[in-house]
Order: sequence, then structure tokens, then C-alpha cells
Amino acid sequence: MLPTSLYRLNFFTDIGRYLLLMRRVFSKPQRWRIFYAQALDEMMGLGISSLAMVAIVSIFVGAVIAIQTSLNLMSAPSYMVGLATRDSLILEFCSTMIALILAGKVGSNIASQIGSMRITEQIDALELMGINSACYLILPKMLAMVILAPFITIFSIALGIFGGLIGLALTDYLTVEQYIEGIQRDFTPYYVTYSIVKSMVFALIFVSVSSFWGYSVRHSTLEVGRNSTRAVVTSCICILIFNLLLTELLL
Amino acid sequence: MIAAKNIHKAFNGKQVLEGISAVFEEGKTNLIIGQSGSGKTVLLKCLVGLHRADSGEVWFHGVEYTALSRRQRSGMRRQIGMLFQGGALFDFATVEGNVMFPLTMFSSLSKGEQRDRAHACLERVNLINARKLQISELSGGMQKRAAIARAISLRPKYLFCDEPNSGLDPKTAILIDALIKEITVENSITTIINTHDMNSVMEIGDKVIFLYSGKKWWEGTKNDILDAENVELNEFVFANSLAKKARGMM
Repeated sequence: MLPTSLYRLNFFTDIGRYLLLMRRVFSKPQRWRIFYAQALDEMMGLGISSLAMVAIVSIFVGAVIAIQTSLNLMSAPSYMVGLATRDSLILEFCSTMIALILAGKVGSNIASQIGSMRITEQIDALELMGINSACYLILPKMLAMVILAPFITIFSIALGIFGGLIGLALTDYLTVEQYIEGIQRDFTPYYVTYSIVKSMVFALIFVSVSSFWGYSVRHSTLEVGRNSTRAVVTSCICILIFNLLLTELLL
Repeated sequence: MIAAKNIHKAFNGKQVLEGISAVFEEGKTNLIIGQSGSGKTVLLKCLVGLHRADSGEVWFHGVEYTALSRRQRSGMRRQIGMLFQGGALFDFATVEGNVMFPLTMFSSLSKGEQRDRAHACLERVNLINARKLQISELSGGMQKRAAIARAISLRPKYLFCDEPNSGLDPKTAILIDALIKEITVENSITTIINTHDMNSVMEIGDKVIFLYSGKKWWEGTKNDILDAENVELNEFVFANSLAKKARGMM
């Protein structure tokens, strides 16, 4: 067991190493044409392939939020259910919860992919050719997820609200007309902007943190698995901390 | 010519290389030999800059490589080809894609010219028919040959090989050795090979450096090796009975 002081030292060392890696990531790509092609590939590989999961989760959670809200607001005006469901989805679920889910799916994928490249010396091969491997491997992933994050968020909001409608249509807590009336009332467009900004920051966090842990693999395949887990845990904690900070700053 | 001057390297307080100095001659096959753990791979990685030596200098043709900035070193690295122990071929590309990769990144050739060059390299290593295959579909020997094709695609001045025939059957190992030797002579490349295979030493070695416990223990030609009086070198060279017999027959 490491003494506490050493854990503390590791924590600060890791932050330092993360910042140094990011300095290398944010540099000019070797070839822009290849960089854009890679970013497009990553959009397909990381983002688009996650849409099915985002859709399933959004629909079911939307339905559950609508049903639970209607049960909790029995004595409130009927439009409150649609309004509360919509705002819960926009403000919290579709940015933070989806980011946490993507941190698990995409984050572990990134960490294990980069970690495997490290132990099979593919990263050394890139470096030896004179390529900035950090920029080559990580920057396209970041760009891809930051560009896709707003679309994923809007997609999730739309499906979440639709899920609420299905949930209520299948039960008799509220009529569909009352729900639709609720989701159209007192709409604040800024909430959508807030949600999109959060989702972009979260995407940047989980891609960079996961890449860092993948890049930190040094010795064995066991470390690939260990660092993939670390990537997910660290990303989730960072997302939760930044969620609080951004809420305080933006709302 | 590549020169290493007084290279020291330690990991977590453990000294791995202690004051290694050596000159690797141009247009020749220079071999670094030694037991597992003697520091061969670390020395090779210090020479190419994948490890930063704690102290010492590496010179490539009169340029102090170790004193260059990261950017300057990147430019220099395009003159270096390396064959990694496991091949280090990119999973995300086919065999042809791997060989074309350095050309796409660094050459000003058109797509067609890049493909022609890649095909020429694959032809050279007798792998042209496997160009459309994924890396996972290749055997160990084919992976090494594909890695050689990638390493020579930019026509490097220097070729580094880390245990090029480890994990290969004896026949394939001889083919890989012969291929490296031929490419070295054809293109007047300075080649440095890490190996602990005595067969390679006797077949392709022009100059041999023997490392023992992180120190340069012996240096000479392959012809000197069998008559050397160095105890540790003899233990290494004559570790197998076949080599002992060969010595007895001399």
C-alpha cells in the first residue's frame, strides 16, 4: 500500500502529465487534409455509433421522468408535468447523464485503443517517423466529439420528450394533449444553449481524460484494462465537478 | 555514420546503460548483441531518440541528434527507418496502407506515385500479393516483412532493427536477415540491429558490439568473435552446443 502522501504526489503528477500531454495535443496537425479525414472517421466511429444507445436511454428515461413527475404533481396544474419533464431533460439529463454514459462507452474505447497502440509500439512508430502522436491520435477524436456533442444533445432532448409522451400515452396518469400543452409552455431557449455548452465541455473532458489514461499505459496488457477503468472513473468525476461549476457560472 | 558517446541511462534508480560509446559504420550492418536484459533495446531507443539518455551524446553524420529540439528531431527522424520487435504495424490500415502511411504524411508525391512506391517496397519484400490484407491476417514473418517495407518507403539513410527475427522459425529468420542485409547494401544504409541470435551475427554482421550488464564489453568483427578471449562473450557465443561444435571444428 502506498502512503497517503505518495497518493497525493501521484495526483499532482498526473495533473502535470495531463497538462503536458494537452500541450502536445493542441498543436498544428502535420497534414490538415488527413486531420479532417480522421475527424470524420472518428465522428462515425465514436459518435454516430453511439446514437442507438443514446436513443434507447433517452426514450426510456423520458418516459420514466414523465410518469414519476405526473405521480408527484397530482395536485399541481396538469401542464406542469410536460414543463417539468422538458426542463429536467434539457437542463440535466440530456447533457450530464448522456455525457456520463458516453464517458463509459466512448471513454473506455478510446483508452483501450490508445493503450493497445502504446504497448504494441505503434505510438513509438509514429513518434519515430517524426509525427506528434498525441496530436495525431487525440485531436481528431476531440474535434469529432465536440462537434457531435450538440447534435447528440438535441437528439436526446427530442427523443426524451417523445419518450415522455409514449410513457403517458401507455398509462392513464395524464392525457397526451395535457402533456403537449405542458412541453410548449414557458420555454426558455437559453436552457438549450446551456445544455449544449455543457455537453461540449463534457465531451472535451471525457475524450481528453480517456486519451490521457490510454497514453499513460506503459508496460502490459493488464495496464490497458486498469487504465480503461481509470479513464471512465476519472472522466465521470470530472464531469460531475464541471457540471456543478458550469451550473454556477451559466445559470 | 552514427556515433554514441558515453551514453548513460537509468530507470527508477537502476542503471541500464553505463557509459556506452560506439561508432556504427556507414553502409554496413552493425550488430548489438547481448543477453536479454543487457540493455540492447534501451541503447537502440536512446540512439533513435525514443528514450532520452540521462547523459551522453548521439551524432548522426556530424549532427548532434541529442542536442536538437523536438521539431528539428522530427525532421531528422524522416531519415530513420525502424523495424520494431513486434512489427508495430498500424491496426487501422491494410498492409498497403501501412507502407503508404509515411509517404502520405511526408512526401509530396501524388496518390498514384505513393501507391507505386509502396508497391515497389512490397515487391522488394515479396509481399505484393498480401497488400490488401489486414495486419491481423498476416503471419509473424509477413508482419516483419511488411514492417521492413514501411521502414524503407521513405528511402531512409539509417535503418534500426530491434530483434528482427525474434519469434520466427529458423528458415524465415534467415530470409529476414538476408533481406535486411540486401537492403543495406543496395541503398548504402547504415543499419543497426539488436539481436541475440548468433546465426544472424555470423550471417550478416559486419561490425559487432557486445553488451554485458549495460556496459560495452567487447567490439569487433564477426570474424574476430570466435577467437575472442573475453569470458562473458564466449559464454554468450558458445551457449549452445552447436556453436561449441563449430568452434571445435575450427
